Amino acid sequence: MSNSKVANSGKDATSAYNVEAVRAQFPIFEREIDGQPLHYLDNAATAQTPRAVLDAVAVHDSRHRANVMRSIHHLAEEATEAFEAARGQVAQFLNATSPTEIVFTSGTTGAINLVAHAFGGTLQPGDEVVISQVEHHSNIVPWQMVRDRIGITLRVLSASADGAVDLAALQAIVTPRTKLIAVTHGSNVSGAMTNVAPIVAAARAVGAKVLLDGAQRAPHGPIDVQALGVDFYGFSSHKTFGPNGVGVLWGRSEVLDALPPFMGGGEMIRTVTLDETIYAEPPHRFEAGTPPIAQAVGLGAALAWLCAQDLTGAARHEQRLTGRLIDGLDDIDNNRGLIRLIGPRELDNRLPVVSFAIEGLHPHDICQLLDGHGVALRGGHHCAQPLMDFFGLTGTTRASVALYNNDGDVDAFLNGLDDVIKLLKP
Amino acid sequence: MTNLYQKDVLHHAAAAHRAGRLDDPDGSVMLDNPLCGDRVTIDIKLSDGAISDIAHEAKACVLCQASASILCDKAIGADASTLENVQSQISAMLKQDAPVPQGKWEALSIFLPVADHKSRHACVLLPFEAAINALRTVD
Ligand SMILES: Cc1ncc(COP(=O)(O)O)c(C=O)c1O
Repeated sequence: MSNSKVANSGKDATSAYNVEAVRAQFPIFEREIDGQPLHYLDNAATAQTPRAVLDAVAVHDSRHRANVMRSIHHLAEEATEAFEAARGQVAQFLNATSPTEIVFTSGTTGAINLVAHAFGGTLQPGDEVVISQVEHHSNIVPWQMVRDRIGITLRVLSASADGAVDLAALQAIVTPRTKLIAVTHGSNVSGAMTNVAPIVAAARAVGAKVLLDGAQRAPHGPIDVQALGVDFYGFSSHKTFGPNGVGVLWGRSEVLDALPPFMGGGEMIRTVTLDETIYAEPPHRFEAGTPPIAQAVGLGAALAWLCAQDLTGAARHEQRLTGRLIDGLDDIDNNRGLIRLIGPRELDNRLPVVSFAIEGLHPHDICQLLDGHGVALRGGHHCAQPLMDFFGLTGTTRASVALYNNDGDVDAFLNGLDDVIKLLKP
Repeated sequence: MTNLYQKDVLHHAAAAHRAGRLDDPDGSVMLDNPLCGDRVTIDIKLSDGAISDIAHEAKACVLCQASASILCDKAIGADASTLENVQSQISAMLKQDAPVPQGKWEALSIFLPVADHKSRHACVLLPFEAAINALRTVD
């Protein structure tokens, strides 16, 4: 009940974005860290989850728990219905043409590995896959494995100075042998968004497919895969305010129809004899075994919850906090040339992910000391070592913002960082 | 929390005893901590199975830098079994509340507060692991 009130007041275009009303829906913010409020700025690693999602999962498990698409009894039918309704919710979130384009996976990593096996298995030696230096390891390693298994060639788009996918060499890197361009939609390190349209145009010109890693983009609201014009899109529930253990691969119908399965087992078949198997149609062809049912239901609830928020207001709010983070780093630096921002300075068309490096200070020391201020950050290579190599760093410290973060979180971070620098760099 | 970063630790990290590389080492090992990308390189020279010269390079956090510095400060004359023994003593100190090592290795007691921070144990242990591996590559 209070949920709908909050959503309504949040949607009122004349009122300011009500971050406290959003925050109040997340039970985690009731706890303290060593007697201090929790300032959670590690959203790019895993986001927190609202009561609506916790409740949806609990209700499913306590009222409707059963396997899906197998048994004929009340609970099994309810579970199947809830699972398929979640698929419909995801389809709507991505503006897919049909729920059959939505495959539930274990996460973004599961989605990319599925494509690497199923689509990768159709490739011939000498075929080319294009990735970028900005990628998370989950969009690098699977393709190196395909390269080593099949003998394809991997070609790499460089990073730009602000940590985006650099398209300057796109025309030279995409060739008639290119079969797939697999890049991030937005960087988990720099926050830079990828300029997708030229990539899709270059791919179309040679008949190649395009995969986008949407792990970092999805938490910021609905995505239109048709307008993007890509062929595959992956994201993770746990970064999108949903439960762990589930994620999504969207694939364009014609493309999924033509793909062989990845894993074999139950759920993905039509008929099995000891000699051969006729596979099910997508999406079930790609969902061997019992899926994470309650988690998928929770993801559906998370997307419904997200879409009910004032997302325009949230985007403006996140952008303002991102600006405060970047300006605050500048203030602390005070022209000493100590703090290096890794990512774009412009606030438009960027994710609220702010990475920085401080000469002579290790990210883990910064994170540990800020944890003492109740501030949760991430430090290290962020599973993007090739991008760290590009910047000549072993790691960065990262503050990442979600729609429930407030000015108090930014203040705690900036004050804490100032103290850390005074302690370690007197 | 700040007690992880007491003056002694900061002091040892800044001191960076025997930082750099050796010319023509008998053994050399570079080790990464896959969790955080910390990287330590240890070079050693041996005489009669014991360390006669040692140097380290640490692209790492303060805890790891301080540990590498203490290691290099105290390691002259140590052989593989001595270092393995010290390593298991700090490991026990961090993980099992065991007493701090004695003698010259007592300097490692500055890492006692790290015991409460499991994710940081590896930072302290990494230089010792690298040195032991370097000794093993020699014979
Ligand atoms: C850009 C990007 N891609 C992929 C992943 C992998 O996501 P998951 O670990 O949920 O599969 C992450 C998250 O760590 C990410 O930030």
